[in-house]
Amino acid sequence: MDLSTTYMGLKLKNPIVASASPLSKSIDAARSLEDAGASAVVCYSLFEEQISHEANELVYYLESTADSYAEALSYFPESGDYNLGPEEYVNHIRKLKVALSIPVIGSLNGVSNGGWINYAKKIEDAGADAIELNIYYIPTDFQINGLRVEDMYIEDVRAIKSAVKIPVAVKLSPYFSAMANMAKKLDEAGADALVLFNRFYQPDIDLENLEVFPNLELSNEWELRLPLRWIAILHNNVKASLAATSGISNYTDVLKVMMVGGDVAMMCSELLRHGVKRIGEILKDLEIWMEEKEYDSVSLMKGSMDYSSVKEPAAFERANYMKLLASYKI
Amino acid sequence: MERLKVTIDGNEAAAYVAHKVNEVIAIYPITPSSPMGELSDTWSSTGKKNIWGTVPSVIEMQSEGGAAGTVHGALQAGSLTTTFTASQGLLLMIPNMYKIAGELTSTVFHVTARTLSTHALSIFGDHSDVMATRQTGFAMLCSNSVQEVMDFALISQAATLKSRIPFLHFFDGFRTSHEVMKIEQLDVEDIKNMIDDELVKKHRSRALTPDNPFIRGSAQNPDVFFQGRETVNKFYTACSSVTQEAMDKFFTITGRRYNLFDYYGAPDAERVIVMMGSGVETAEETIDHLIKTTGEKIGLLIVRLFRPFDTSFFINKLPKTVRKISVLDRTKEPGSIGEPLYLDIVTSVSEVMSRKDPPFEKMPLITGGRYGLSSKEFTPAMVKAVFDELKKDEPKNHFTVGINDDVTFTSLDFETDFILSPEDQISALFYGLGSDGTVGANKNSIKIIGEETENYAQGYFVYDSKKSGSTTISHLRFGKKPIKSTYLVQKADFIGCHLFNLLEKFDVLKEIKEGGTFLLNSIYGKDEVFEKMPAKVCEQILSKKLNFYVIDAFKVAKETGMGLRINTIMQTCFFAISGVLPRDEAIEQIKNAIKKSYSSKGDEIVIKNFEAVDKTLANLFKVELEGKKISNIELKPVVSDNAPDYVKNVLSKIIEGLGDDVKVSEMPEDGTFPSSTAQWEKRNIAHQIPVWDEEICIQCGKCAMICPHACIRIKAYDKSFLENAPASFKHMEGKGKEFGEDNAYTIQVAPEDCTGCTLCFEICPVKNKKQVKLKALNMQPQLELREQEKANWEYFLTIPEFERTQVNTGLVKSSQLFQPLFEFSGACTGCGETPYVKLVSQLFGDRTIIANATGCSSIYGGNLPTTPWTKNNEGRGPAWSNSLFEDNAEFGLGMRMSIDKHNEFAKELLTGLSSEIGEEIVNDILNADQSDEPGIFEQRKRVELLKEKLSLINKQEAGDLLSLCDYLVKKSVWIMGGDGWAYDIGFGGLDHVMASGKNVNILVLDTEVYSNTGGQMSKSTGLAAVAKFAASGKPNPKKDLAMMAINYGNVYVAKVAMGANDTQTLRAFLEAEAYDGPSIIIAYSHCIAHGFNMERAIEHQKAAVDSGYWLLFRHNPLLAGEGKNPLKLDSGEPKIKLEDYFYKETRYSMLTKSEPEHAKALLKLAQEDVWKRWKMYKHLSEVNMSEDTSKTESHN
Repeated sequence: MDLSTTYMGLKLKNPIVASASPLSKSIDAARSLEDAGASAVVCYSLFEEQISHEANELVYYLESTADSYAEALSYFPESGDYNLGPEEYVNHIRKLKVALSIPVIGSLNGVSNGGWINYAKKIEDAGADAIELNIYYIPTDFQINGLRVEDMYIEDVRAIKSAVKIPVAVKLSPYFSAMANMAKKLDEAGADALVLFNRFYQPDIDLENLEVFPNLELSNEWELRLPLRWIAILHNNVKASLAATSGISNYTDVLKVMMVGGDVAMMCSELLRHGVKRIGEILKDLEIWMEEKEYDSVSLMKGSMDYSSVKEPAAFERANYMKLLASYKI
Repeated sequence: MERLKVTIDGNEAAAYVAHKVNEVIAIYPITPSSPMGELSDTWSSTGKKNIWGTVPSVIEMQSEGGAAGTVHGALQAGSLTTTFTASQGLLLMIPNMYKIAGELTSTVFHVTARTLSTHALSIFGDHSDVMATRQTGFAMLCSNSVQEVMDFALISQAATLKSRIPFLHFFDGFRTSHEVMKIEQLDVEDIKNMIDDELVKKHRSRALTPDNPFIRGSAQNPDVFFQGRETVNKFYTACSSVTQEAMDKFFTITGRRYNLFDYYGAPDAERVIVMMGSGVETAEETIDHLIKTTGEKIGLLIVRLFRPFDTSFFINKLPKTVRKISVLDRTKEPGSIGEPLYLDIVTSVSEVMSRKDPPFEKMPLITGGRYGLSSKEFTPAMVKAVFDELKKDEPKNHFTVGINDDVTFTSLDFETDFILSPEDQISALFYGLGSDGTVGANKNSIKIIGEETENYAQGYFVYDSKKSGSTTISHLRFGKKPIKSTYLVQKADFIGCHLFNLLEKFDVLKEIKEGGTFLLNSIYGKDEVFEKMPAKVCEQILSKKLNFYVIDAFKVAKETGMGLRINTIMQTCFFAISGVLPRDEAIEQIKNAIKKSYSSKGDEIVIKNFEAVDKTLANLFKVELEGKKISNIELKPVVSDNAPDYVKNVLSKIIEGLGDDVKVSEMPEDGTFPSSTAQWEKRNIAHQIPVWDEEICIQCGKCAMICPHACIRIKAYDKSFLENAPASFKHMEGKGKEFGEDNAYTIQVAPEDCTGCTLCFEICPVKNKKQVKLKALNMQPQLELREQEKANWEYFLTIPEFERTQVNTGLVKSSQLFQPLFEFSGACTGCGETPYVKLVSQLFGDRTIIANATGCSSIYGGNLPTTPWTKNNEGRGPAWSNSLFEDNAEFGLGMRMSIDKHNEFAKELLTGLSSEIGEEIVNDILNADQSDEPGIFEQRKRVELLKEKLSLINKQEAGDLLSLCDYLVKKSVWIMGGDGWAYDIGFGGLDHVMASGKNVNILVLDTEVYSNTGGQMSKSTGLAAVAKFAASGKPNPKKDLAMMAINYGNVYVAKVAMGANDTQTLRAFLEAEAYDGPSIIIAYSHCIAHGFNMERAIEHQKAAVDSGYWLLFRHNPLLAGEGKNPLKLDSGEPKIKLEDYFYKETRYSMLTKSEPEHAKALLKLAQEDVWKRWKMYKHLSEVNMSEDTSKTESHN
């Protein structure tokens, strides 16, 4: 049985990739992902805000109280060097590369076209096999239109691509007016893979304290439908590899991803819920199913049910919606 | 060989050499010497080695006494050892100095000469401290400039090794220790050439060692002590020659010539000043000018080696033509014939003149004078005044210069318009806020000009005595020639005002030269700024034909992500328009400096600063003066017309920055000042102030309780008082039975005193149902509300306070009806200490006497111009005093002893006079229950009646009792201070006072670090916290002072954190005061030294408690008396991880950035420690005490 797949040029032994999560924060946990069968690991994200916040905060608190009062010209000892850049993250990538034999994908989470772009080079130098660029942007500015947002994404991808030689994946949000066109533009900008889709953590309301608070919910199975649709539409229309993320919890989900044209299925919530052993279980179930259905390789099924391969492509379009409504009975 | 030119201050110059030539450094922080120890610690912690290739060991001790003991021990064990200190710290070293000198031990103490506390504390410079050590046997070498500090630090080290006489190397506190100056840095080879390794080995060979045992430090008897004491004479005789040899050798190495005494001036001078210290440079500058312009025959004899004083060296340096000598001392010895240097000079000259072949034809006339106490300015005009005085036939002796002594008429007049303007020198003044980075930027500019160009550069910085909204004035000079002006800038080519509002506070342009340049940070542009400035400023600009520039630096800072830090922007403006450097070169240098400063802190910071530089020039505009009219904005009086005369006539001058004009007759003779003066200094420093929403307020009182500056007040009163209230005066109905019917309740802010810290807003538990971001107090711009709220505040003050006897003291909401008798202090915005101090003043202030340890609380509690301790309408309030840092517990105990004695004597007199006074009232007074407010109220009434009766009795005893009868009313003694005092320097005394059983209340304002002197580690500092002297995180746990106190059994002990549990805090204060024995409250006090935004302080206090780091408890010995467990644990089990508290604060989080692995290890230890302590306290609180007692009884 050949479960192998190729993801942005990386030969992977199977299509299950551990997506960016706290599971890669410790070397031991990352090793257990590999032991459980993951074919690659996307490291937890290096956040642009984290780096800039830490640097700004430290400088602010070291300086804002200095030279204000004759008896206390400062309040903290001078320290030669602070580990304020991405060094901690980069070192972690380096350690993961030593500890793991599967590919390690670094993850950069940011938005501005600022200094953080340079971090990609450092991640590459640390030995990462690829970089996943996670552009997390909530355009709350009423003056910024969709085109400008799209341009920003494209500029970021171009900048990263020109900075590194390793493949670059782009993890996207689904909130684009013209997803197909956006995907095409990213493809043209050089993205080696598109990861569909990023889940924006939505805030919740605390009624007791009348406060808005971040509430992290793990993904549900139904969330896979959106990536399935778009992978089906994009497959064979972009050069970039395609990865599905959100809601993959069993072997059927992996099969669906492959059939619509995905190269890998990325998992996180299921592993956080039920442990990394789920990778092995899913791979086993996958093999049983393929054996039963007489598929001898993943590549055989890859894209077999994409937009152009199904009898009714409209099912991936608006017609699907009409059909669904029509079937709904009170 | 070209040596490196560096721009550093005197402290760094001394520490640079000291760190290179020592193996052990033991210190204790004290202003202004602290930076020397801090730098040494930083260098050692980053692996910098001495000239022998080993890293000196640096240790911070619990006091200067401890540091001196450690130095003594380290020296006896053979290490090259040093220390740095000043003022009271030096006094604490004196006992060991005698020992070290008596044992002929080589060492150098580097001292920033500072004023000793007498009628007042002063952190500034004079020679009163070093002069108090001149009898110890230490040699004393004085440096007069930053270059000399570096040079003499080395010369003294060489001399001490050869002479075996320990050296005290001193230089003027602040003027030299903090003056930034371009100097030539000695390199390692220079130092090696000066230090003889054979002498170092000899020093080591004299060490105590069991491999060659001997005894040193024996006790001797009348038969031999005297002879033993005389053995050292030959060493002292040789010392001056040895020092001169070292100076000669130094000259051959560096080309800089120094002698034990140096003469400067006309070779045929008839009038000569003798002096030492930074004033020497000013005197030299003045002499140059006077000789050049008038040809006067004047000169200066500079004393460098003051001890041992070598008369022949001195006499040889004096010109033979001298007829009159004036000796200037920077110290005062009341009751003496004259000050120390004067006496030495008189004696020296007299001795030689009485010899067979006197060096002078006629005995010169010698006068002595005092100058420069507590860093009082010493200017060319004053030097000239001294020389002019000597012209007289009978010049004034024992004079003062620099002040107006209108009482004993000691002072010399001086010409205030005698100002020197050295050629090719540019002077600049910068007015800024402490928090805006002005000083930092100026230090940077000096570095750029000093190190990157051929120019000389000097910087001196004047700071505010307030800690919130503090202002800074930077005095900068640049020039082609060495700068000798050791006084503030008197005429400026350039003045920068970094905050528009400062135009109202200072006469900013007073010192600007005609045609000078004025740069103003202004939100008003070039076309409108003239209309917005005070008329006086407009007049000055026009009449002096200034080049006037404006920039909206806050706008540029905001656009470039710099926040309120306008340092880079204003620095760029300075370089762009001052012409000190070509513009492009200057910009490049600024960027280089930015890279240097920030590259270790991430690219982002560098980029942000670059952007600020680039955007500055586009926003800098020259204001065209043609056609500009003077505005009609007049400055308001500094204080209100309603203020008392003393405030209006004297304190207002100090507020205005004209304190130098205050006459001797205007100062109190014994350091006693009136209470209630802070209320007259309206500082208006808040950008936003809280506005009360009476529609939703629940009257919890938390806002008033947490307010650090007593700016939020609560009153409940009869509605009738509303009749004349301003229309905008807010009120609601008071919710509480004690308020009665027809009451009104108001929460009012003091708009001009509020610092805008927002703690009231943060702690307010109410949310507006229509818009949840709003609370019952909301921050709004002060400027728009100022006049309205000022009127409301003034009206609020006319409403009577709520009757104390009716207050339910045990509830937070009620307790805040008590009038704060500690208000509007200069403490930091959002201070964590002052809410506790204020609470004491509210609960017990009308019967409290306070002993306050030196530190933050003594500064915000007692630093001029105005002080926050106040009194109520009956004229009662806290009586406050500060003795020292180290003795505060004992100081407070003394107060208690005195009060108890007065009370005891009064009771004896009362009993003796009972037949005349009446037995009933006597018994009522003697047996009065004063455990609560009504009880105290009744006792006061009885005492008033007693006074009336006593006034009618014509007996000695009646008169005595009349003077003491107020002591029949309960008095509360509070001993306050920070953790540096309680855990470290004052712990011995604190321990003794707790053990005394006396009824004192000790309040430890625990910031876990020496806050006032800039964040040095104390024994209260938490494990894993970064502090000065703990750059790698403190490796040991915080000392459990509370447990030590609990061990006594009879001490009331509480640990509180007001932000986490205000009710528990209130109870602890009430119980502590009620307890008739020693009590100690350890109060968690957030602090700017913790490195977080003070607005979040409540959240941090809660996290400290929730993590179990700061356990809340009360240990009340009275419960033990009832057979109960005395320990009541008010904290629950830790519910958040320690890191969730720690890493909110820079003091902990910075270690994760500098040493991530070490930070993890320390965090683990700290977390374990938290759990261990939690379990221990929980166990102790659950022990069944009654059971144990019965078991003991049954065994009996």
